[in-house]
Amino acid sequence: MREAVMKVFRGTDSGSGEFKTYKVPIEEGMVVLDAIHYIQGYLDPELAVRWNCKAAKCGSCSAEVNGHPALMCKSRMDHFPEGQEITVEPIKTFPLVKDLVTDVSWNYEVNKKIPAFKPSENADWTFMQEDIERVQEFRKCIECFLCQNVCHVLRDHDRKDVFYGPRFFVRMAGLEMHPLDTENRAGILKDQAGLGYCNITKCCTEVCPEEIHITDNAIIPLKERVVDEFYDPVAKLFKTIFGKKK
Amino acid sequence: MANYEVHEYDVLVVGAGGAGLRAAIEASSMGVTVGLVCKSLLGKAHTVMAEGGVAAALANVDEQDGWETHFCDTMNGGKMMNNWRMAQLHAQEAPDRVRELERWGAVFDRTKDGKILQRAFGGHKWKRLCHVGDRTGLEMIRTLQDRGVHQGITVYMECAITRLLKDGNKVSGAFGYFREDGRYVLFKAKAIVLATGGVGKSFPVTSNSWEYTGDGHALAYDAGAQLIDMEFVQFHPTGMVWPPGVRGILVTEGVRGEGGILRNSKGERFMFKYLPEATRNDYAETEEEAKIWVDAAIRGEKTQARRPPELSTRDNVARSIYLEVKAGRGSPHGGVFLDISYQDPDRVKKKLPSMYHQFKELADVDITQQPMEVGPTMHYIMGGVRVDADTAESQVPGLFAAGEVSGGMHGGNRLGGNSLSDLIVFGRRAGAGAAEYAKKHTAAPSIVDDQIKAAIDEMEAPFNRKDGKNPYELQRKMHEIMSTYVGIFREENDLKKGISLLEALKEEIKQVSISGTKTYNPGWHMCRDLRNMIICSEAIARSALSRTESRGAHSRLDYTETDPEQQKSNTAIFQDGDSMKLEKTPTPVMPEELKKLFVKKEPANA
Repeated sequence: MREAVMKVFRGTDSGSGEFKTYKVPIEEGMVVLDAIHYIQGYLDPELAVRWNCKAAKCGSCSAEVNGHPALMCKSRMDHFPEGQEITVEPIKTFPLVKDLVTDVSWNYEVNKKIPAFKPSENADWTFMQEDIERVQEFRKCIECFLCQNVCHVLRDHDRKDVFYGPRFFVRMAGLEMHPLDTENRAGILKDQAGLGYCNITKCCTEVCPEEIHITDNAIIPLKERVVDEFYDPVAKLFKTIFGKKK
Repeated sequence: MANYEVHEYDVLVVGAGGAGLRAAIEASSMGVTVGLVCKSLLGKAHTVMAEGGVAAALANVDEQDGWETHFCDTMNGGKMMNNWRMAQLHAQEAPDRVRELERWGAVFDRTKDGKILQRAFGGHKWKRLCHVGDRTGLEMIRTLQDRGVHQGITVYMECAITRLLKDGNKVSGAFGYFREDGRYVLFKAKAIVLATGGVGKSFPVTSNSWEYTGDGHALAYDAGAQLIDMEFVQFHPTGMVWPPGVRGILVTEGVRGEGGILRNSKGERFMFKYLPEATRNDYAETEEEAKIWVDAAIRGEKTQARRPPELSTRDNVARSIYLEVKAGRGSPHGGVFLDISYQDPDRVKKKLPSMYHQFKELADVDITQQPMEVGPTMHYIMGGVRVDADTAESQVPGLFAAGEVSGGMHGGNRLGGNSLSDLIVFGRRAGAGAAEYAKKHTAAPSIVDDQIKAAIDEMEAPFNRKDGKNPYELQRKMHEIMSTYVGIFREENDLKKGISLLEALKEEIKQVSISGTKTYNPGWHMCRDLRNMIICSEAIARSALSRTESRGAHSRLDYTETDPEQQKSNTAIFQDGDSMKLEKTPTPVMPEELKKLFVKKEPANA
């Protein structure tokens, strides 16, 4: 039977942890998460990993496979050259808990700060499919946090104190572009969320397993909204006379 | 005794899928303090995997629809084993609960005139499922999650509950541990809502994730509640069968709702020959008629044509597929073919985007060009904690249950789309019931130290046993037993053999051991989960043995007919000392005015 050589990060501290090597029999169509489960089930029951659906719907099994941020449940073993070692390590931007598990709780704290959906009071709740296509794109997000993981502002500069990250720009775009929403999040986007720190390198878009056009469809339109709100004198005058957005 | 942290709430909700979140939102809105515990990260619960839609008689697409028809469909689908009152409340309240989700920010697909779009599903007479492509569950859980976050509910993520604590006969708290570091935690609570989902991990081929170890079922059983209808286990007709790693992953019923066709290896559209006599007239008679229905549905037009035979109820379609494969007419990997490739590729990608990606990426199959291979996968348990229909309270004072962990709503077979609606209807009712209860019982919950000590000892034990059993190996044994002896078709000798093997396995589970530390140690967690799984497995097997007929999802090879007498009782499982007891209790009898709803149409028992 063919075997894969898996090098899996083990440990509770990124400094003292190390890669352990496991040999795993390969079945047709196998994904990296299957190999990790094999290790758990037959070789090492203590190996820590997060997963739920195993079908790319829940966004739990994010990791870096051969250095590439990905969902383990979508990473096919047969996409790697035969005989090549496959390394699996935790995502880098969040503190390590153990093995492949990181502490992503910061994201849940950020989410609490986003002003909720506020529909207009006299809405009749009729709106057209074409008016929600974009919002539905954003709402496909499965919160795998891979976009947060690769964003320079978070990964290299660790500015979690001033920057919400692509996941939450997508979330805010989904609220801002809802046809019935009346809340104005431009101030938060500009200040607390630190939208200006994003220099649109599109790293987030590249890793999104849901293929959301994070930069083009969410971040850039939000940046435009902030510009309109705070830096465009004509629009400001217009708003003063005719009222707020929407 | 090891240290543990302590929190106190009026209402503690265990489980943060659709039912748990909806319960927490309701309780919190009634002014009581609410804690919410979930075994995974928030938003990863099983609800997120629901695909096809949420059933509610909004009548946006088929204006003939109404709660009465939804009620009849649900009872017929459940082979009249349902708690009629639950089915009634569900059908009546689902539309309001769906509209409420929309007002909280859910963005459903639209009709041409801008209303919530509804699609056809198995066993539903009219197009009834509100949906967002094939990711309806994600939309629902995210909406509830964000609503809950802004309501001041405290969420404890990656926390597992191992015991319910009682003060006399009523619940007073819950004990558990955090997966992250293994620290213990005590939640004092006046009322507890169980919303822990199902039991799929007792079976090897399942659409369920690691979380589905029957925790709530077992916690309630241990606390003295009854589990009813446990013999009714739903095998979803269409799970993936190839490649091996994805075996069991769900293929949404939405594929058939959008016109997907089932064929065997001979190219025969076999569902025509498996339609039960009682409902045959509701379905198309020929391929031509089915095609007229599908074409009209795609164009959003009305038609006199009847729906395709693939939209029969899940129990029937799963059995039919099983029989076709058994007769040697299966696909290369032991399933049958499900084909939507005859439709416009862009439409398929739009209506079923995650199915398109799932097959493309995991099976190298382009569903717009070729058929899928599918076969039955364990998907859902109709049975669960016996509850009062109106308040969702169990027989243990202060203990409530909602969603898959509760029993009665779906009877002998659940219709697709009725689960998401169940979550929001009864999640809300359980939250309200628990809040009312907590308001009435003003005394602080009291905790008995001995119960905490026993809970801690139980968790510590696997570390102290040297050379004990490997938890994963024991789970594989359980899978072997359940798939061999308690599968889709059952028979007395098999079930008896299965029960005796489960009895033996129960003893082995007492010898389970693990090494390492308590820091995120899945093997240690599995040691505890096994106990829940074995309780549920045994309850399923014993209940299945006791029902000597075939009805809904319960198919007996030795009793192939439906026996009208056995509709009159539910199977109830409860703990008696160390052993599991079973008793038959009368099925609630429907009032006359509801019975009348069935008279003018087809006979009961679809």
